[in-house]
Amino acid sequence: MSEKKTPLSVMRHRLAWPLLTLFLLLVVNTVFNASFLHVEWRDGHLYGSLIDILNRAAPLVLVSLGMTMVIATRGIDISVGAVVAIAAALAAWMIGGSVSAGVSRFPMPLAILAALGIALLCGLWNGLLVARVGMQPIIATLILMVAGRGIAQLITGGQIITIYYAPFFFLGSGYLLGLPFSLFIVVAVFALLYLAVARTALGLFIQAVGINPTAARVAGVQARRLIVAAYAFCGLCAGIAGLLISSNVKSADGNNAGQLLELDAILAVTLGGTALTGGRFSLVGSVIGALIIQTLTYAIYSLGVPPEINLVVKAVVVFVVMLLQSPEFRAEIAIWVRRPALRGMRP
Amino acid sequence: MTPADTLTDVAPVLELSGIHKQFAGIDALRDVRLRLYPGEIHALMGQNGAGKSTLIKVLTGVLEASGGQMRLAGQAVWPASPLAAQRLGISTVYQEVNLCPNLSVAENIFAGRYPRRGFAQGYGIAWAELNRRARELVARVGLDIDVTRLLSSFPVAVQQLVAIARAISIEAKVLILDEPTSSLDDDEVQKLFEVLRRLRGEGLAIVFVTHFLNQVYAVSDRITVLRNGGWVGEWRASELGPQALIAAMLGRELAAQSASAPASSAFDDAQPALLQAEGLGQSGQLQPVDLRVRAGEVLGLAGLLGAGRTELARLLFGLEAPDRGVLRIDGETVAFSSPADAIRHGLALCPEERKTDGIVAELSLRENIALALQARMGMRRFLSRAEQTALAERFVQAMGIKTASVDTPIGLLSGGNQQKAMIARWLATEPRLLILDEPTRGIDVAAKQEIMEQILRLAQAGMAVIFISSEMSEVVRVAHRIVVLRDRRKVGELPAGSSEDAVYELIAAEHV
Repeated sequence: MSEKKTPLSVMRHRLAWPLLTLFLLLVVNTVFNASFLHVEWRDGHLYGSLIDILNRAAPLVLVSLGMTMVIATRGIDISVGAVVAIAAALAAWMIGGSVSAGVSRFPMPLAILAALGIALLCGLWNGLLVARVGMQPIIATLILMVAGRGIAQLITGGQIITIYYAPFFFLGSGYLLGLPFSLFIVVAVFALLYLAVARTALGLFIQAVGINPTAARVAGVQARRLIVAAYAFCGLCAGIAGLLISSNVKSADGNNAGQLLELDAILAVTLGGTALTGGRFSLVGSVIGALIIQTLTYAIYSLGVPPEINLVVKAVVVFVVMLLQSPEFRAEIAIWVRRPALRGMRP
Repeated sequence: MTPADTLTDVAPVLELSGIHKQFAGIDALRDVRLRLYPGEIHALMGQNGAGKSTLIKVLTGVLEASGGQMRLAGQAVWPASPLAAQRLGISTVYQEVNLCPNLSVAENIFAGRYPRRGFAQGYGIAWAELNRRARELVARVGLDIDVTRLLSSFPVAVQQLVAIARAISIEAKVLILDEPTSSLDDDEVQKLFEVLRRLRGEGLAIVFVTHFLNQVYAVSDRITVLRNGGWVGEWRASELGPQALIAAMLGRELAAQSASAPASSAFDDAQPALLQAEGLGQSGQLQPVDLRVRAGEVLGLAGLLGAGRTELARLLFGLEAPDRGVLRIDGETVAFSSPADAIRHGLALCPEERKTDGIVAELSLRENIALALQARMGMRRFLSRAEQTALAERFVQAMGIKTASVDTPIGLLSGGNQQKAMIARWLATEPRLLILDEPTRGIDVAAKQEIMEQILRLAQAGMAVIFISSEMSEVVRVAHRIVVLRDRRKVGELPAGSSEDAVYELIAAEHV
């Protein structure tokens, strides 16, 4: 009883619709901007809209990967934006606001480690609240979402810290082998995570915990540890994203860095086909989801949508994409298109 | 006069004929018939996977049949949804109580259909009328309770009756009860049967699905048997004896009950215990219990529902932390902080609630079987897909699990096959002590027999087994020793070969 092989059967793959969406967005961009796909070699590195999208998408991809793991355990982490701000603030403060470009307050590796460390701690905090204290994930992470901005402000002294130490800029705007350095970070994190999920039992355990935490625990899966680890990893990803963002904009703004990034990340995970109810997840899907969001943002800006309505346009597009990706909605549409006589009856 | 006597002059209230249902090219139902007469209790029987659930889902509008005819009082109908079925007067009470524990009894009965009052059939709820009508309905099912109290403040048996009250409040002509007795004790079952008889007297047609043969004969007027998705026959209950019924369900004569326990003398008290509990208890849950299990021994835990059997199993397995007493494995004191600890010491627990504590529904059969072994091996020593498949296929073969493939999500398998997979999951870890909490609940006769034989084989191979069941006949048959619990305390121990009556006497004995 093999499935019927039709030209459309490829659309049954779980990543087919996200990929189609991304492709359509690229087409739209190309139609309105003929040089969209053009990539050239300039100033010793690749240059073009696609490269720009990839570079700008890097922080969102990282946070989306962390979010995927958290959502797979049936959780959610709405504090990632705040964690981005904390990590960025700490890195900026430790590197220092000195105008002389060659000097930093602390050695840069130390600043980076400290920023990642504090992000990891933030993630651990969330994980312990969820797994040990037993709080609802959305409430547990809401605490840090609100308090985190305050912590970031505290670190920056309420100011926007401008960074002048040039070597730090390499993280977010440097190039290696002609490609943005941030891409290498993303690929490295993705590869490590992918190996952990596919080559160890982590993937099986996370899915089991996400689908049925009680049964997973009875079967001997250390559910609590896994949940703590997922939040810690998510925090760490947000920390790396914070470094990339502060390096890219050469400053740290406790109030606005990573603003609403949590929502974009949740959206990216959902667009990539991972259900918010936990369990089955797709890392590749989340990456595609993040790229969809970044490409959409790019399209909105390059089409010259007035800034005051661009959030509305984004919302409408996201709404349509979500509908199209829903199998129930497509089944409903298929009935209306193909068999008008059946209208009103169930599919 | 039973309806079966009047088949010729009363028209059936509901008649299904030639029902077909296909899933992914496989026949789940083939030419199935079902006739229901007003004022009868009709048992729908069959093994797991026979098609009972599918038929009920078709009947109640959850699934659409691929072919066939359904007539309600002579009219051709097809309920397109559960709501449509209810409007036609077909009500269902599912195995698990599907009500809202945080609402009152009255609110549950009328949820979605509250009587309104005020302007234009208004915005206000007529609470007085709601509660009055709810009181009438609960009285019809033989309850005398305060309908304004929260549903969760009542025991499961009462909740089950409330679910029936809700079902009949919709002017039902047909009432379907899917394994209504599986979480009730004997007294509660009797009470339920009284209610069913009363409703039958009121002219309702009742479909009753159960795995307990004695209950079939206690209340049913007629029996329809399904097997492998096909219709086997329809009989008056008085004309089809238990042996014939089982033969109809299995399609063959039942093998003589070969499984029986060896005598308890095989174990002398000098033999060291694999697991020993001394005064193990948890305040509010279980009074201190002494327990010994030796390798190769089947220890039966008998007692009524709520006697503390499951609580004891959870304490032994590290799911709950005891606050008194000691637990020893091979004479060494242990304290488990999680099931993972217990598993490391060679314990395994197949829990009572298969759906909530056992299966991971959306994962494949393969992943479900491999899960505990993988958890025991740790994160890094990953069983490859090929290894998982080999493991799963070995157990599919050994346990006779019926599935299209080991990659089928376990949630799609029938209850008995899920249960076998759960036992397989634990056997894969090669435990020294296997705790089985109600391993035969909700599964059919043949699967029960296979599981019981499996248990005895395991014990002969040197595994220790703690066997928990509310079916006393099963406990008596397989156990080398029987520990009897009542009211969350151990009330005694019986040797192998004790009769069911001896167990019941111990349970019933006044505790000094």
